[in-house]
Amino acid sequence: MEFSELIRTGRAEALLLPGPGQPPVRGTLCITSHHLLLSAGHGSPGDLWLLLRNVDAVEKRVAGNSGTITLKCKNLHVLQLEIEGLEETLDIASSIEALTSLESVTTSYPFFYRPQSLRLGDAANLHPPDHFYQQVALQTDAWRLSAVNRDFDVCASYPPALVVPVGIGDEVLARSARFRQGGRFPVLCYYHTTNGTVMLRSSQPLQGANRRRCAEDEELLRAVLALGGGRGLVLDTRSAQAVQQARITGGGTEAKAAYPGWKRLHRPLERGRPLQDSFVRLVEACTDPSLSMDRWLSRLDGCRWLTHVKETLTAACLAAQGMDREGVCILVHGAEGTDTTLLVTSLAQLILDPKCRTMSGFQSLLEREWIQAGHPFQQRCAHSAYAQARPKHEAPVFLLFLDCVWQLSRQFPLSLEFGEGMLLAVFEHAYASPFGTFLCNSEKERYLCEVKTKTHSLWSSLNQSKERRRLRNPIYTPNPLALWPSVEPQSLQLWAGLFLRWTRPPEPAQEAWEQLWRIVTEQEGGDTL
Amino acid sequence: MLSTHISLEDTPTLYSAPSSSTKRSYIWRLKVEQVKLLDRFSTSNKSLTGTLYLTATHLLFIDSLQKETWILHHHIAAVEKLALTTAGCPLVIQCKNFRIVHFIVPRERDCHDIYNSLLQLSRQAKYEDLYAFSYNPKQNESEQIQGWQLIDLAEEYRRMDVPNLNWKLSDANRDYKICETYPRDLYVPRAANKPTIVGSSKFRSKGRFPVLSYYHQDKQAAICRCSQPLSGFSARCLEDEHMLQAINKANPSNRYMYVMDTRPKHRMQSWWASKKDIGRIVVRISSKIWRDEKIRESDEKARLNAMANRAAGKGYENEDNYSNIRFQFVGIENIHVMRTSLQKLLEVNGTKGLSVSDFFSGLESSGWLRHIKAVLDAAIFLAKAIVNESASVLVHCSDGWDRTSQVCSLGTLLLDSYYRTIKGFMVLIEKDWISFGHKFSDRCGHLDGDPKEVSPVFTQFLECVWHLTEQFPQAFEYNEAFLLQIHEHVHSCQFGNFLGNCQKEREDLKLREKTYSLWPFLLDDQEKYLNPFYTPSSQKFTVLEPNTVPFNFKFWRNMYHQFDRTLHPRQSVFKLIMNKNDQNKQLEKEIKELESKIKQQKTRHTDTVLTKESLHCIHADSPALKPSLCFKKEQTLLPVNDAIRTIEGSNTADNRYSEYAEEFSKTEPAVVSLEYGVARMTC
Repeated sequence: MEFSELIRTGRAEALLLPGPGQPPVRGTLCITSHHLLLSAGHGSPGDLWLLLRNVDAVEKRVAGNSGTITLKCKNLHVLQLEIEGLEETLDIASSIEALTSLESVTTSYPFFYRPQSLRLGDAANLHPPDHFYQQVALQTDAWRLSAVNRDFDVCASYPPALVVPVGIGDEVLARSARFRQGGRFPVLCYYHTTNGTVMLRSSQPLQGANRRRCAEDEELLRAVLALGGGRGLVLDTRSAQAVQQARITGGGTEAKAAYPGWKRLHRPLERGRPLQDSFVRLVEACTDPSLSMDRWLSRLDGCRWLTHVKETLTAACLAAQGMDREGVCILVHGAEGTDTTLLVTSLAQLILDPKCRTMSGFQSLLEREWIQAGHPFQQRCAHSAYAQARPKHEAPVFLLFLDCVWQLSRQFPLSLEFGEGMLLAVFEHAYASPFGTFLCNSEKERYLCEVKTKTHSLWSSLNQSKERRRLRNPIYTPNPLALWPSVEPQSLQLWAGLFLRWTRPPEPAQEAWEQLWRIVTEQEGGDTL
Repeated sequence: MLSTHISLEDTPTLYSAPSSSTKRSYIWRLKVEQVKLLDRFSTSNKSLTGTLYLTATHLLFIDSLQKETWILHHHIAAVEKLALTTAGCPLVIQCKNFRIVHFIVPRERDCHDIYNSLLQLSRQAKYEDLYAFSYNPKQNESEQIQGWQLIDLAEEYRRMDVPNLNWKLSDANRDYKICETYPRDLYVPRAANKPTIVGSSKFRSKGRFPVLSYYHQDKQAAICRCSQPLSGFSARCLEDEHMLQAINKANPSNRYMYVMDTRPKHRMQSWWASKKDIGRIVVRISSKIWRDEKIRESDEKARLNAMANRAAGKGYENEDNYSNIRFQFVGIENIHVMRTSLQKLLEVNGTKGLSVSDFFSGLESSGWLRHIKAVLDAAIFLAKAIVNESASVLVHCSDGWDRTSQVCSLGTLLLDSYYRTIKGFMVLIEKDWISFGHKFSDRCGHLDGDPKEVSPVFTQFLECVWHLTEQFPQAFEYNEAFLLQIHEHVHSCQFGNFLGNCQKEREDLKLREKTYSLWPFLLDDQEKYLNPFYTPSSQKFTVLEPNTVPFNFKFWRNMYHQFDRTLHPRQSVFKLIMNKNDQNKQLEKEIKELESKIKQQKTRHTDTVLTKESLHCIHADSPALKPSLCFKKEQTLLPVNDAIRTIEGSNTADNRYSEYAEEFSKTEPAVVSLEYGVARMTC
């Protein structure tokens, strides 16, 4: 397919209004297959270099012989283009619309992006798939690496290498997989070094209205308990009622009698449509500066976003606490096991494991617990908060995770090696990126599209030293203890750095951040004396 | 009652707890053992057991871990005895610094004793019984005098370049004859003579005629303050009109001035509507109103209403009578609305098991943040009038000591960077709050008085300042702890500064001889109150232009939950940065020393013949210097460990999710569930 067919007008003169606090730019607008460029000439600092995939919604308004196009981006930035000429306005708007609605993965920008500073394949060894297993193997020999999914036959959304109990053969795994939705049988996702308890994740068992059972699945979970202390807890991210409903359509949860030693705890977490609605309503409120104080507070309340943050943190803390303080093994699942499940397991690791709080540890946590674990990024992040289209699979589950991490970083400002900049960068790249890291919905799809060999990895870009100031926390001090956050409403805050990023001038906070760096690095400078 | 000595080793963490030296010989009047202190937010009634002591000035609880909780009697706002439970008699103490403690006393008799004693001790009838009159910080007399002289308002006016060509010091109120609630020294326009001042003061409520609060050297514009005119009773007062004219003339850079009434317009009207029946108001309706078309058309009843409304308009200056005045209403609510609003806020936040939704809807319905925004908006209007239009502004509310103080002090804080320093902030409070007669004792309920006079006006001011520090992290020399500490002592009655309602009262009480000033103690401790991000601006007049869109306002957790440790961040950036800053300074100093040493060495060597060996000598020196740097570096690890220790304090038990933990330890039901019977094996 030729991109040029979709571009009706490549050039126009335009005035860019980038939003409050930033000066307008007049220049030449240019649309290429993947970008919208606006330059005042000779690389002036206000130049716009916008990835078209970042555009979430296009609104056009024409009056007389000129028009205004409002581009609402997935990173929540809203910018306006004032274009001379009616024809041009309409053509540019429809070109942008056509180019942004392309769905093919292999024609997306990451397959064309070739920065000079990076080489393809550099990141292949950054987070090797068996790295996690190697770490576990250092502590215990009770777990093995299974290749049962090497051809993605057993589970389409799992990676090829999975960690399972040593005594459980691949055929048992394959059987258990058939009893679980989407084939996501229970696999190890965290080994708690302090007391040897473990955390596993899976999808719901296909219990159905007849309350079916599966001997192999039971055997697998029995083996887990035998390895990890004898007591287990199934943390179901749905309400008991939702589980009842799921049984009608073939799902369900672990029956107490079939899984002796496992208790069940329901911590309902919202996902899908309600979560997306919450996000949309929050962003609506944040982009409306005309609200009165009362309206603002009632909309903040009405969108329920911070309620979701609180519930998610609470569930993760419970899981972490169960392992650390009570010494029980935890199995987390909801329905598909690709959304709220991952929220809980990844946050619990961040709470317990100091390694996850380092720059590289956080990256490998994202890689392992979100990307390789099969969170369907392409579906969930197809649109952000502005798209007018009815959401199909969109939901800001990953954003909710980042928000929870941000809350942790507020309560433990010294304990994370990465700063807010890192969370913002990851958020932006999850929604639209020149890198291949967040493309596709699973490892299988990434393998089929040859993402790993044909695109660059976000991680190698973020690990460049020039990004240090933006991404790192200057006051990081390694902290070997678990982080137990407060989940009271008074302790949670709206993530202004993300939700209000484009609606208020960033200078004061930015300057304070710079100064923080100065204070800290001044000393390092002193050391080299 | 028993009476024994408590001997304590540790210094308490509470701000206003007595210092350890004085504490050793504390005499307690009452001691109750096995008292439980409930965790305020726990839904499972977690508690600590310990001993409760009652001293002459404090209530002290020492738990089994030897942790002390000190509560100053003067901080107690309310004591409540709840219905007897099986565990004992619950006693809830609410403090003015937003601490709430919930004790359970095993025996009802003891509880009753404590309750009665606290009621008596927390409500003093006389100033002389307040803590400040017995508090002895071991200062000698000259230190005490120096302490009081630390803030000199005459010097502050000189700093503003007053007196000058247009403004003079007036001795009219030397003996508090014109206005009891004003200070002795007042600054007025040079054109205002004594008859004008006297006449104007008679026309103003409580005699609080327009005087200078702040003079902006650059713009030659002034901020003046006064109380409302009594124009409802008699239509006009020529002297008052002259006074305003004089203020206007004193500003050569603009021909008009603003008069800001800080009250909401609708309230003014209802106030006057309620007074209209009294019949003693002589309303002289100007001919203008009769000319009004609408009124002539309407029936008699409507005409009466209109008359009442017009009368309502007489609580403020009639623009017809004052030339070159631009009139501005800004809607800040009165002390009663503010008091109720804070009560609502505290009620919501004290709820156990509060949901996010209840929190926000409570925050909304309390209206607290709306009021904070209104105050800040008014201050911004004031600052803009001065900066953008070089216009003088006269600010008033009803009596000119609550809202007027808020707006004047915040306005100048936006205008003049001096007030953003530690010393400058003290001056600001002394000037616009203490000297101009904000009724601290009434508003804070220092004595057992009318509860309707109590209102969080000063707390709101501090909260507005806090919001500014949040928006401008580099603009203030002081930090949040400074604001909290001031708030603590406004209510503690430990120092003399905030006692009484006006300067005259303070002089009558001889506070300067009998009590100590807070400010020198804060200055001594200023390390604690420094903002590590502070970047002094090069210019004196760096105006802050805060943005007051609602999403810039947050609930001030560290004020209203300052004692609820579990709600706070678990690590402090502040300590770390302050340490880093100190180290940087130390290192710089060392570098300088080294450089000078090297220089000395060099000169010494150039004196002699410069040989290779001597050069070697210098180099040999430098590695020896390294260890000293390394040593310093190791010292720096201390605060870091400190930070970790605060994390250790963070445990699951502190947080409410831990209460689900009971799920883990519950025993399995012995009955095999029915599920088993119908279960069928698949696969």
